[in-house]
Amino acid sequence: MDNVHQFEVIVVGAGGAGLMAGLYASKIAKTAVISKLYPTRSHTGAAQGGISAALGNYEEDNPDWHVYDTVKGSDYLGDQDAIEFMCHEAIQAVYELEHMGLPFDRTPEGRIAQRPFGGHTNNKTGKAVRRACHAADRTGHMILQTLYQQCLKNKVNFYDEFQVLDILIEDGKTVGVVGVELATGELHTFHAKSVIIATGGHGRVWEITSNAYAYTGDGAAIVSRHGIPLEDMEFFQFHPTGIYKMGILITEGVRGEGGVLLNNEGTRFMETYAPTVKDLASRDVVSRAMYLEMRAGRGIDGNRYCYLDVTPATVNKYAEIDGRTNPDGSPYVVTGEQILSKIPDIVDFSRTYLGVDPITQPMPVQPTAHYAMGGIPTNKSGEVVIDDKNTVFPGLFAAGEAACVSVHGANRLGTNSLLDIVVFGKHAGIRAAEFAQGADYVALPADPTDFSRQQVDRLKNGSGKENAFDIGKEMKAVMFDEVGVYRTEEGIQKAVEKLTELQERFKGVKVQDTGKIFNTELLNTWELGNLLDMAEITAAAALNRKESRGGHARDDYPERDDKNWLKHSLAWKKDGKIKLGYKPVVLTKFKPKKRVY
Amino acid sequence: MNVTLKILRYNPEKDEKGHYETYSVEAEPTDRLLDLLEEIKGHQDGTLTFRRSCAHGVCGSDAMRINGSNKLACQVLIKNVGAKITIEPLLGLKVVKDLIVDMEPFFDNYKKVLPHLINESALPADGKERIQSQKERARFDDTTKCIMCAACTTSCPSFWGNDDFLGPAALVSAHRFVFDSRDEGASERLEVLSETFGVARCHTAFNCTSACPRDIKITQAIGELKMAMVTGKLD
Repeated sequence: MDNVHQFEVIVVGAGGAGLMAGLYASKIAKTAVISKLYPTRSHTGAAQGGISAALGNYEEDNPDWHVYDTVKGSDYLGDQDAIEFMCHEAIQAVYELEHMGLPFDRTPEGRIAQRPFGGHTNNKTGKAVRRACHAADRTGHMILQTLYQQCLKNKVNFYDEFQVLDILIEDGKTVGVVGVELATGELHTFHAKSVIIATGGHGRVWEITSNAYAYTGDGAAIVSRHGIPLEDMEFFQFHPTGIYKMGILITEGVRGEGGVLLNNEGTRFMETYAPTVKDLASRDVVSRAMYLEMRAGRGIDGNRYCYLDVTPATVNKYAEIDGRTNPDGSPYVVTGEQILSKIPDIVDFSRTYLGVDPITQPMPVQPTAHYAMGGIPTNKSGEVVIDDKNTVFPGLFAAGEAACVSVHGANRLGTNSLLDIVVFGKHAGIRAAEFAQGADYVALPADPTDFSRQQVDRLKNGSGKENAFDIGKEMKAVMFDEVGVYRTEEGIQKAVEKLTELQERFKGVKVQDTGKIFNTELLNTWELGNLLDMAEITAAAALNRKESRGGHARDDYPERDDKNWLKHSLAWKKDGKIKLGYKPVVLTKFKPKKRVY
Repeated sequence: MNVTLKILRYNPEKDEKGHYETYSVEAEPTDRLLDLLEEIKGHQDGTLTFRRSCAHGVCGSDAMRINGSNKLACQVLIKNVGAKITIEPLLGLKVVKDLIVDMEPFFDNYKKVLPHLINESALPADGKERIQSQKERARFDDTTKCIMCAACTTSCPSFWGNDDFLGPAALVSAHRFVFDSRDEGASERLEVLSETFGVARCHTAFNCTSACPRDIKITQAIGELKMAMVTGKLD
């Protein structure tokens, strides 16, 4: 066979989780990282506001507070053992990034600078705490750069611009992956003992999204085709502040620096919905509040957006009302220059895409599809677990947004995604390498690229009467309208039917480009197939869960229902049908109680 | 509004050489150029080939020549470039297909400047962060912004003339570490830069600075590297 490579560990995806996994696995075992993008193009680079760790560099903080905040933020669906693990590892993880060279902003004492973020609180006072460690508003960019640099230094093997199409499984064991080299169109087989899926999320399912084009759920779709379930897929986070119509992310750090949300009456409406932390409530809470304001006709000019105002006059006005102080106790007062230095990229985005200067004008924002809480089920070591008893699938691992540990439960707190990728990327890398060291290679199947070829051939040989671009648009529209911030039985049912129709029409798609070299049309069309699968599973799980919890808000079941629904969902896709099951939530210290901010 | 895009096409599996093709698209003035490329690919010509990912100027995938200047297609709004737009691949790197160029030489140059923190000293005994003042941190802030889109390097006449020249982007990465107070690898790195194809090849054309979608003051950064090599000081 041509194009066969052998590595003990294969990492698929080169964002923060994949690079961290690759870095740690390669210290122990022969490892390669495969990515459809050059690693520095990965979506981790779009993360802005910070990575949380209870360093307490400005004020008292405690990792146990971080644990509680994360549990509460998850609306009690997060597994508390995993959350404890992550929040306690956070401190060393952030110091490790600094030691690797990450250029964090600094406090006047030269320590890592921290800012307030939604849902992160002092558990004694209930007020926002400075826990998000940041490098301006490009913290993700710095993490991605730093980890890539460390991988280069440590001579990690990379296969850049290789799209993985399939995972190889023989007798219930992981055997490797198959990928296409984009530059040549050649299929390559990677024979491995351990495979780590770190392919990120699938926000491109929705019309308005902060996510990159590359965020098409590839890893989750690939393993789902081999009978692996996906966990909690009904929980997808809508970030409150995306640029109107475009969805581009405006970090919560803007509100951390004192920005507030205003309706068409100029009212700071979050006071009504979250009296204690106001604009720094959890993202699900803020997104719902914006929808309720807009439904009540209080969107700006009656449109479906609100204002995010970070002009110094507004910031200082509300800081005074809130009694906000600097770490030294003096009143919190900002100038335009200080705002610019704290959120330079946001100022750039707003000027470029909106023609609005946020130092002098408010920015029009709307909730934007942002983050998959659900994904491939794993334990704390990144091992994929495939049922309600957490049975480990040998040799298969997942980390980052593609995975569901679950530390985010029904709603992720801002800054916990960067923490997740660093902590669980590392542990998946270590565990995958250890597993590989104690295992033998399982023989490759006789024709390893068979299923990959079938998938690609189907897209080349369809009838051609359907247009892939239009199918994608229709999927995004119905998912944004019916499986978005607020959901109803009727609406989700409509989405389910539409998706069934689109899956059928997708069979009639035929790509025009028949070449081998950089056939990006073929790649995009294959990705659309993954998005359709993600959308279908999301809608089915959303229809099934008859309660409101975190990112899943049902108008027809407005309350959380712990008696019937304090459980994770698992979804298997088989023969075009979706089967649903459940698994228990791990509760340790914190009993579910009503969630008030 | 109706927009006409003239795009330089080349498919190595079919074409002897490049040729222009023209497309007409209905657009809003606030659309990104990338939105129009997607529309063409989705509805008119699936074979049109380009890279893209984040679509808001932070991943560096979609640098191309737009009306003769290097820009990111996702950062250009139609109202700012008008209704007639010419799009060509970056210069100085081999065209692989349409707007996709071979990025390998570019990343190879990046790797040459030792782009990672070099510090063999003991870490703080308490396991916490190294101390760095706000002033020290600010010293290299500008060059931390680089997204390696290659817009600068492929606008540089010295790079066109000789692709062994490290190019502005690699020098920006060198600057980011040389002026980081935590880094101890300056002399090692400056040695790389002093070789034949290092900073001496920069003739301060300033093309790089105007091409940078992150507004990094690249020519100034290269000047600071030159000064450090002459004086041996890292001010």
